[in-house]
Amino acid sequence: MNITADQTARRDRMAVLARCSSQRLSALWAVLGLRQAHTPLRGPEAGLVMLRGRIGGTGEPFNVGEATVTRASVKLEDGSVGHAMMLGRDHAKARLSAVIDALCRNPETAARIDAELIQPIRRELDVADETRRQQTAATRVDFFTMVRGED
Amino acid sequence: MYVAVKGGEVAIDNAHRLLADRRRGDRSVPALTLDQITEQLSIGVDRVMSEGSLYDRRLAALAIKQARGDLIEAIFLVRAYRTTLPRFGHSEPVDTGAMLVERRVSACYKDLPGGQLLGPTFDYTHRLLDEELEGDPQIETGAQRTDAQEPVMRVADILDQEGLIEDDGFIDPALEPGDINQTPTEFPMSRAMRLQSLSRGDEGFLLALGYSTQRGYARSHPFVGEVRIGEVDVEVFMPELGFAVPVGRVQVTECQMVNQFKGSAKAPPQFTRGYGLVFGQSERKAMAMSLCDRALRAEELGEDLVAAPQDQEFVLSHCDNVQATGFVEHLKLPHYVDFQAELGLVRTMRAEYEQRTGEAVLETREAAE
Repeated sequence: MNITADQTARRDRMAVLARCSSQRLSALWAVLGLRQAHTPLRGPEAGLVMLRGRIGGTGEPFNVGEATVTRASVKLEDGSVGHAMMLGRDHAKARLSAVIDALCRNPETAARIDAELIQPIRRELDVADETRRQQTAATRVDFFTMVRGED
Repeated sequence: MYVAVKGGEVAIDNAHRLLADRRRGDRSVPALTLDQITEQLSIGVDRVMSEGSLYDRRLAALAIKQARGDLIEAIFLVRAYRTTLPRFGHSEPVDTGAMLVERRVSACYKDLPGGQLLGPTFDYTHRLLDEELEGDPQIETGAQRTDAQEPVMRVADILDQEGLIEDDGFIDPALEPGDINQTPTEFPMSRAMRLQSLSRGDEGFLLALGYSTQRGYARSHPFVGEVRIGEVDVEVFMPELGFAVPVGRVQVTECQMVNQFKGSAKAPPQFTRGYGLVFGQSERKAMAMSLCDRALRAEELGEDLVAAPQDQEFVLSHCDNVQATGFVEHLKLPHYVDFQAELGLVRTMRAEYEQRTGEAVLETREAAE
């Protein structure tokens, strides 16, 4: 599936919003001061998605089991519509993420949100991932061969 | 005939009140928090998510607390909860090759791209109780290493270069995997549905069956091609947006079991594979699942069906611990009327028996005289 640059940016933003902690998001959101009146179009509502894997890792899809998700869609006063869906059951975070998605329909607001909210969170998430990678790397086995007998 | 019997209400109410009391235990001991359970009993939480077939750490922790640590009861609670939520759809298949790996070991290759990454494992511990943990000792954070990072290549791909291992086969993009939640059970079951059933199957049951395959029942010559544990991204297609949205990450354990196979009328000599994929950190379960998956492929690979682990109906009808516990435990519920009927029947049979043996004794006596 080909998606446009705008869709890629939107998708990347959603990836960050889905993974960040609720507290961190509300803290940065409060600093931004972009609070907007909005009407809910759908939700926030909790439900299930069936998680799929592939047989053997790369084969035919199969259903592994379900996960809880929460989704929300909102409309701002200027008519912009935003969506959000994320694992878990945090309604407030899903609603706020949908508002942020809606605000990002405006390119100028999007640039500000990216710079002051999305990028700082993404950096923190990347640092956390890197720490995990390095902790795992420290448990890597370095084999060495013992020389036995005389040459 | 059913006869309604009333009169247990007060007893039941008081039993539940007593349950709550015993669950809380000594009030001078602080109550467990869900954070403590998710953080410090995480592998128990993972088991409840995996066998409850619902990925939600907090709900699993709540279920464990409510069930007083009875994991099968907790799994039952989670399964019941999931029926209260609407299904929004399904995810794109997760890419375990792109996993943020926390552990990956292979028993087939010593030096493989990405290396042997032990991660947070119980392996190589001496299984000696650590009395320090009676208290709350200061625990240092994991060591970090900045060199030696390379992509963690799949073992199946390495073997595949020689053509000695079966590949995952052609994928029909239109193919929708069956869902055991939405389809009545029918045998034979597709491999996709078998894997779904095994992934939520009871760890103990699958472990025992997997063990039996190693001991000679449906012998399958297994090697751990690799086991990997880590987080994978989950994406869900949203029609209103027209693309798949990343909704977060889940931790999974994947096992690729590689099995020597001497070939059959249907397939040449090669390595075949069994596959395991489960929620959370659950290596034993993923390994047992892959052994069972391989054994259940007997018919497909033209092997003789000789043992229970190869029997789909036997394995899949009994691996679900919620079903199993329901049927076993229902035996303790009132069967008064059933039992009265059986009692009458046994009394009659006994009377007939005694009459017969009495007559027989009489006959023998008469014959002797």
